[in-house]
Amino acid sequence: MHPRKLLALALVPLLALPFFISTAQETVAPGSPPPLRAFINATIYPVSGPKIENATLVIQGDTILAVGPSDLVTIPAGAEQIDAAGKTIIPGLVCTHSHIGSVAGADSTSPIQPEVRVLDSIDVRDTSINKARAGGITTVNLMSGSGHLLSGQTIYLKLRKGNTVEDLSIKLPDGSLAYGVKMANGTNSIRDNGPFPGTRGKSAALVRQKFLDAQAYLKKRNEADPEKPFERDLALETLADILEGKRTVHHHTHRHDDILTVLRLKEEFGFKVVLHHVSEAWKVADEIAAAKVPCSIIFLDSPGGKLEARDFEWRNGVELEKRGVLTAFHTDDPINDSRWFLRNAAVGVRAGMSREKALEALTLAGAKMLDLDQSIGSLEPGKQADFVLLSGDPFSIYTRVLETHIEGQQVFDLENSQDRLFAEGGYGAGHNRQAKGCCFYR
Amino acid sequence: MFKIIFFLALAAIAHAQIAVKADLLFTMTGDLKPIKNAVVLCGPDGKIQTVGPASQVKIPGGYQILTAKVATPGIIDAHSTVGLSGILNSPKHDQEQLEKSAPIQPELRAIDAYNGRDPLVKWLRDLGVTTVHTGHAPGTLISGQLMVVKTNVPSITSVKDTLIPTSAIAATLGSKGLGKSPGTRAKAIAMLRAEFLKARAHARKIEDAEDDEEKERPAANLKMKTLVDVLNKKTPLLINAQRHQDIAAALRLREEFGFDLILDGAAESYLLLDEIKAAKVPIIIHPTMGRPFGDMENMTFTLATQLHKAGIPFAFQSGYETYVPKTRVVHFEAALAAAYGLPQEVALAACTIHSAKILGLEDKIGSLEKGKHADLALFDGDPLETTTHTTHVIIDGRLVSSTAK
Repeated sequence: MHPRKLLALALVPLLALPFFISTAQETVAPGSPPPLRAFINATIYPVSGPKIENATLVIQGDTILAVGPSDLVTIPAGAEQIDAAGKTIIPGLVCTHSHIGSVAGADSTSPIQPEVRVLDSIDVRDTSINKARAGGITTVNLMSGSGHLLSGQTIYLKLRKGNTVEDLSIKLPDGSLAYGVKMANGTNSIRDNGPFPGTRGKSAALVRQKFLDAQAYLKKRNEADPEKPFERDLALETLADILEGKRTVHHHTHRHDDILTVLRLKEEFGFKVVLHHVSEAWKVADEIAAAKVPCSIIFLDSPGGKLEARDFEWRNGVELEKRGVLTAFHTDDPINDSRWFLRNAAVGVRAGMSREKALEALTLAGAKMLDLDQSIGSLEPGKQADFVLLSGDPFSIYTRVLETHIEGQQVFDLENSQDRLFAEGGYGAGHNRQAKGCCFYR
Repeated sequence: MFKIIFFLALAAIAHAQIAVKADLLFTMTGDLKPIKNAVVLCGPDGKIQTVGPASQVKIPGGYQILTAKVATPGIIDAHSTVGLSGILNSPKHDQEQLEKSAPIQPELRAIDAYNGRDPLVKWLRDLGVTTVHTGHAPGTLISGQLMVVKTNVPSITSVKDTLIPTSAIAATLGSKGLGKSPGTRAKAIAMLRAEFLKARAHARKIEDAEDDEEKERPAANLKMKTLVDVLNKKTPLLINAQRHQDIAAALRLREEFGFDLILDGAAESYLLLDEIKAAKVPIIIHPTMGRPFGDMENMTFTLATQLHKAGIPFAFQSGYETYVPKTRVVHFEAALAAAYGLPQEVALAACTIHSAKILGLEDKIGSLEKGKHADLALFDGDPLETTTHTTHVIIDGRLVSSTAK
């Protein structure tokens, strides 16, 4: 981007209509202006534009005020100046698929349970959340496992420090919380005992029937007399929201044929869907691109571990990039530890992705998949001040996360001994509960 | 005629001896520091002919010359289950690493279970891993044997296909080795002690029979024979122990029975540095990216750095994974330890020469020296950087991979 344009960007009026309201506890005394802070002399990857050397990031309270080359950004009077020489600043990382926080969803009574909210299972004191902050992760989509065709409502969280799950949650303009719905196909949701499906054909049929039921429910709801009480069905209500495009389906899928089954479902019912894992994306990349469906992918250090991941390849990222498919990475923590999330970008580059798209896949692309890109995912004036200070090049294995900030609040500091324990491990770093319902522990 | 010459020339290349020219060569000798602009010549016998600076080594005509930014000895995975725990993770089909019918089964040989044609073996080979210490996994008190094999060996047609057919016996202390019985840590140790006492008695009976023709030689017993080999220090006992109390128990067992001990995993070994150092026991540490649950909840990414500072010999392993990824890549694990304070050359040594030493193979593999096996991995950058590709892999002087992965 041309420096002049950057300057223009830096002058965009502050607080350009945030699309959702933060529920973070305000720590500033009422009446006093939010504190100004300027991180100077840093290397900054805004992600919305190219890397800037010798750059400045100015934040006011929870919001980014300006980003750009030092000689083009005017530091406001009274701003606290923090020298970030030799350090790199990137947007807070967005993990579109994680099982931290002791998350759990549906139980074993049926394969489709849209009424279940993972919101009701989260332990915000679980050390896995501290570890994710240590990995530079600021926003997560916490999901139940893939052992069901539909295992519940997910929850999108900002990893703010808080006492309750509400403190970490994201409120949408209509007052509801931000979340999606977790679905799965392939072997994980196939079981040899009813009412679970025993085959792929049955899996798809069960899902299609449920969405047909939801279509009927939606029609009934739309035609209902508003003067009379309407008998709500929690499960169908959730599916109706999907049919109306209010919620996104996050769909676990590995094999090429399973991927195509998801695309067919999307075609039939017109819902918004993100493909997750997508191990065989390279086999059906053209079809994925034609369907204009985003992919949240994972990099593993080897293929296998189950039949469906046999043909997993590192080139998934580059094949999707070549075709212009919106691509994000995820940890699937505990499959990959949140503290190694940054490493995904380097594996992507190793297999041929561009550095720009690889970094975008850790940040802005994920934000788009969660419909949060108006507020997070890149370092731009008006966006929330979610950023990570790194010791060096984001693509180098030797680089460490030094600090993580969410909405201007520091949530991780490597110099803090308790935070360092979460970052590196050691005696007392454990005591986190394993995610329930994730296929990994079944 | 021209065609014939062409094919003859191709055949000559296919069998040509290889010369490796590297901008940076980690020979893994001396102070472990790399040498710049170096050449390695591989001999027709699969051994290293010459190693030295390019200015001093003349590459003879007819050699196939491979160039690399960085070259290292072939990577050694000091503890894996690859070849036994196959890519599909399908029980009864390709999962041969753990037999749960009895808690103590040292007689199970790795050579009878290894499938060198499993895709994961190729996966590791393409990334530069030339030797694996593989076999029975942690998970029962004594799960079976391990062996050392090169990753270009498709089938074990005889023990000669291995570097060591029985390199260690795998034992597991802590919650991973518990089930119905042993159901507690104390019971596990009692069972192990009783078994070793039985083996000691068995050995004595054999000695007595050899000394006195009147006495009857005990019936051949595979389990006892294997444990007697452990007691006689012919085969080390590799004990997987993550919690400090389990590591301490392993040291007590060694004290009582005097076998050669290799500690495996050892997530909390940072709590017992003095004791481990005094016992002169090497450690094959858990993968840096191992998951921090159960007995590993207190693991730290700085473990290798702490062991290095304490002067305790250690090597990296890919470990044993029950799900995805089905195998880890040992030098990726080393790389992450380097990110947490381990010097680069020590990280590389702990998946090459230090691993060879722990396995007792330092005369054959692990460093680039005249007369040792010509096993090399070639890279287009720092071997520890994730963005670097493995460009070529050489085993016994032959090019086995050039996939640039």
